[in-house]
Amino acid sequence: MNMSPVLHDTQRRDRMLTIGAALLGLALLFVFDSMFDPFTMQIFKLCAINIILALSLNLINGFTGLFSLGHAGFMAVGAYTCAILSMSPDQKAANYVLQPIVPWLANVHLPFLPSLLVAGLFAGFIGWILGIVALRLRDDYLAIATLGFSEIIRVLLTNAQTITNGSLGLKGLPRYTTMWWAWGSAIAITIFLVLLIKSSYGRAFKSIRDNEIAAEAMGIDVFGMKVLSFTISSALAGIAGGLLAHYLTTIDPKQFIFLKTFDILLIVVLGGVGSITGSVVAAIVVTVSMEALRFLDGPLNLGFMVTHGIPGLRMVFFSALLMIVVIYRQQGLMGTAEFSWASLSRIGLLPKRSSKEAAR
Amino acid sequence: MLSIRNLSVHYGGIHALRGISLDVPAGKIVTLIGANGAGKSTTLNSIMGLVKAGSGSVSWNGEEMLGRQTKRIVESGIVLVPEGRRVFPNLTVDENLTLGAFARHDKAAIEADREHVFKLFPRLKERHKQKAGTFSGGEQQMLAVGRALMSRPTVLMMDEPSLGLAPLFVGMIFDIIRQINAEGVTVLLVEQNAKAALDVADTGYVMETGSISFSGTGKDLLADDRVRKAYLGEG
Repeated sequence: MNMSPVLHDTQRRDRMLTIGAALLGLALLFVFDSMFDPFTMQIFKLCAINIILALSLNLINGFTGLFSLGHAGFMAVGAYTCAILSMSPDQKAANYVLQPIVPWLANVHLPFLPSLLVAGLFAGFIGWILGIVALRLRDDYLAIATLGFSEIIRVLLTNAQTITNGSLGLKGLPRYTTMWWAWGSAIAITIFLVLLIKSSYGRAFKSIRDNEIAAEAMGIDVFGMKVLSFTISSALAGIAGGLLAHYLTTIDPKQFIFLKTFDILLIVVLGGVGSITGSVVAAIVVTVSMEALRFLDGPLNLGFMVTHGIPGLRMVFFSALLMIVVIYRQQGLMGTAEFSWASLSRIGLLPKRSSKEAAR
Repeated sequence: MLSIRNLSVHYGGIHALRGISLDVPAGKIVTLIGANGAGKSTTLNSIMGLVKAGSGSVSWNGEEMLGRQTKRIVESGIVLVPEGRRVFPNLTVDENLTLGAFARHDKAAIEADREHVFKLFPRLKERHKQKAGTFSGGEQQMLAVGRALMSRPTVLMMDEPSLGLAPLFVGMIFDIIRQINAEGVTVLLVEQNAKAALDVADTGYVMETGSISFSGTGKDLLADDRVRKAYLGEG
């Protein structure tokens, strides 16, 4: 629109800042990779996986305005798909002790990248099917239906013993999820979502969230867009599940109970429903503090009394935090706003505009 | 010419439209007036494909529109400004307008139309980066009209555009309707404000409980005793 040369200056400055920040981030990854001990590194990787999970849940809940609680199910689909595809036939023979794996899967052995992509595609496919059925529902009904779906997945995983090894789970998965895989995927998916939200599809998602009837009257295929958003969200959750499987190296159906969905929902709500920046920041903060607050679970000397360790006390902190946010700052950290260099200059961390522009 | 024949709509057991017929000639302003629940909004929503009509025909320049997807109807040049200023509150004015052109892909022409909308509504231009939810009722209605114009309609349907607006804005909205019509856009207007609607309209239809009881030119209806008694609160 307004392409005056002065505005161009700010744009160029912002582009330089973005490139600079990206290089700095890359350098930081290198430094962390060599500096951190393995335990810290694990948490650092988990941050990246949680970013993907939070972003994918935010796409459906925050940007499209559909209250879905099926994320644990899609993660499970992705985790199992990726694990089964990437295990070697020998590992499979060692794992499936009670009942052997079905023959058509026994000799499948794919590298990590194709396994991960198939995991995403398959989770997306399941999301597409569920979407076509469940997205006729709205609000709480949709939440209940998707929650139920996620539990169905878990029950299926427990009982399809010849495919999933049932409640024994899968152990000794290769530790493929290095820092580069975790953060590489997180960064790629973040960029993909930023571009998606800025595209006409993203605008259509947001218009459905804001006012479904008006969106329909504008000629937007509301149902089709909802299914699309749901499918993408499920596929990304599947990829995160695959990364998680090869991060933990052990998976079993119990990991994917519906409480897992609420862990992600916590991140989304704290960060801001409808903000990519918010989800990224909150995913890092929550993941790090989950570990940093581990001392709360151990013996505590409160001065007037000494506890002998209450497992799960650190979760009380997050419950309290969630209550405070819901009461005093419903929009979360960012609301629906996003980080931009312009917002930095508004709060005075960057010069407002170049002198030339000010003279205008 | 948009012509509607024997349009019937059922909501569950309720017979909302009982086979209505009306004509909207190209380039004219036609208004539907009537009490609450007469079926005026249902008529617009079923033309738009938002309500699946039971039976009848909606033909637009000889093409049957009934049963088509809303997207196809928008593409063929019919657009609705829904009742109650349904703008997208968390999106900016610019984004709202861009969404109005969702069915189109001619970028340059879309930008030209955006400038045209800004000319019609200078207030929108001043605040084009502001979120629509922060606007007053009248401003939101202008945005809703501007957004509809972004689809470059040949028929603009408006559902109660003056509902709940301050008198100043009511006047502005009717001026805008005249102006849009003068630019060649056919207007089908549903209104409770019968006086103002019949003033601008070439033709008026009076609806009662799902059917059209009578029609006439705007002038004739303003002078009609039945209309004056029931809708203008006179005599």
